[in-house]
Amino acid sequence: MARKFDAGYYLSEGFHSIFTHGFMSFAAVCMIVACLLIMGSFSLVAVNLDHMLGDLEAENEFIAYVDDTYTEAQARAMQSELEKISNVSKVTFVTRAQALEDFKSGRESNPLLDDLAPEVLRDRFRIHVADIEQLSATCEAVRLVEGVDDLSVALEIAQGFILVRNIATGVALVLIAILAVVSLFIIANTIKLATFYRREEIAIMKMCGATNAFVQWPFVVEGLILGLTGALLAFFAQWGIYQLVAKLVIQGNGLSLITIVGYESMARMILLIFCATGALIGVGGSLLAIRKFLQV
Amino acid sequence: MVRLIDVYKEYDNGTKALKGVNMRIDDGEFVFLVGPSGSGKSTVIKLITGEIAATEGRLMVNGYSLSNISVRQIPYMRRTLGIIFQDFRLIEKKTVYENLSFAMRAIGASARELRRRIPYVLELVGLEQKADHYPGQLSGGEQQRVAIARALVNNPSMIIADEPTGNLDPQRSLEIMTLLERINELGTTMLVVTHERALVNRFAKRVVAIENGRIISDETGGYYNGEKI
Ligand SMILES: Nc1ncnc2c1ncn2[C@@H]1O[C@H](COP(=O)(O)OP(=O)(O)OP(=O)(O)O)[C@@H](O)[C@H]1O
Ligand SMILES: [Mg+2]
Repeated sequence: MARKFDAGYYLSEGFHSIFTHGFMSFAAVCMIVACLLIMGSFSLVAVNLDHMLGDLEAENEFIAYVDDTYTEAQARAMQSELEKISNVSKVTFVTRAQALEDFKSGRESNPLLDDLAPEVLRDRFRIHVADIEQLSATCEAVRLVEGVDDLSVALEIAQGFILVRNIATGVALVLIAILAVVSLFIIANTIKLATFYRREEIAIMKMCGATNAFVQWPFVVEGLILGLTGALLAFFAQWGIYQLVAKLVIQGNGLSLITIVGYESMARMILLIFCATGALIGVGGSLLAIRKFLQV
Repeated sequence: MVRLIDVYKEYDNGTKALKGVNMRIDDGEFVFLVGPSGSGKSTVIKLITGEIAATEGRLMVNGYSLSNISVRQIPYMRRTLGIIFQDFRLIEKKTVYENLSFAMRAIGASARELRRRIPYVLELVGLEQKADHYPGQLSGGEQQRVAIARALVNNPSMIIADEPTGNLDPQRSLEIMTLLERINELGTTMLVVTHERALVNRFAKRVVAIENGRIISDETGGYYNGEKI
């Protein structure tokens, strides 16, 4: 007898099974949605913090003051030395005259500044770093360069952000792991219930000589459908929640220090990750549930 | 063909159900397996169908050696067997026809094969009029005939029946046994476990008697002498 992969049969069996114990299927889908939402929300917080950190990094620079006794030519000669330091992405030389101009701009109305001589300021380098996490190491290296007198660094802000971002990422990872396991077991229980409902049919199939693959496919399909349904629902729910929270954050954020990454720009990625996670949990759970059934 | 060579079976709880059973059933034979309750009849059946494994000894079933069969091979071994139970084991929410097509689809039969085979076996068991009935709408004897049709539908070389008439009155039992005899005459090997002395004597087939896990008599054309039932 010809034995080909009968996808139509597995699909109809899988769907049928879902509706015969609708409540449990509903509960399983809800669980997947909840898990994906919690997972997604923490990940999105982490993504946004990371993004803000990225903004900060783009602007991030510190200032190295040049020794007062150096001439401008001597000071300019330090540039190549500074550029050699690892993690330094850009070095800009600023003369005292320029520094004074910058300082005065925006303060034109202040007469006290009018007769300020450039000599009160020092020549300086604006130094950009590539990775803000290595900021303090970079500072140490810059300090060692001959002719660097002093540094001006806003280390605390950077480190604060890094800490928050790392905590969010850590919490997200731990939660994802826990929730993945929880939803795996809930799916497994749903499928176990499905196999229990159909234990007689399974026994008859096996008695007739059905292969294990044939017996388990409908349940795998059922798990897959539950997982993907949960993923789709979670995707749209996440969208709504994200837009709502983003609106609230922007409204309550006078300083506009916080920027929000648009959901649309991440939508494809999120959909992909949700579907992959949902499918993995669904299939994994059903395999977990029927493994025991297939011995004998 | 089925062969059991020095087969021992000890269950996990320590019950020694079989203590050195030797038996050979050739293709085309009709064999009654008789014996008192707890003597090990169902254990023999379960060993042959691969539901349980022997503790010791060798089993050959239609060319498969069950001592070293791989898990993947067991389904294919089972396709050479049709199995019938006392309690019919039909799917209540499927019609007679659907019960049979379910069994055929389980081994990957095509829709065309279903359409060709099912009417034939339904006619063989005399149920062509009841194809659209549900098991609940049938008598016990009719339900058992559906189970026989299901056992036959995948064209096995042997049918194994564990007390097929256990739930039926004498008249229905006789009908069922006559049907099994006819199927055997069409070429299917038959192994039937039963308690019913009158029935066994009436059919005058080979009778293997088992008691306390050992075969105590095996007489072709003989009759059932078992005293304790
Ligand atoms: N799964 C099991 N676990 C432990 N002991 C078992 C198991 N199945 C059967 N036995 C024991 O093995 C012995 C043989 O049982 P078996 O079912 O083969 O008897 P039988 O001849 O079919 O009896 P009956 O006519 O009542 O159906 C009995 O003592 C029984 O209690
Ligand atoms: Mg028994």
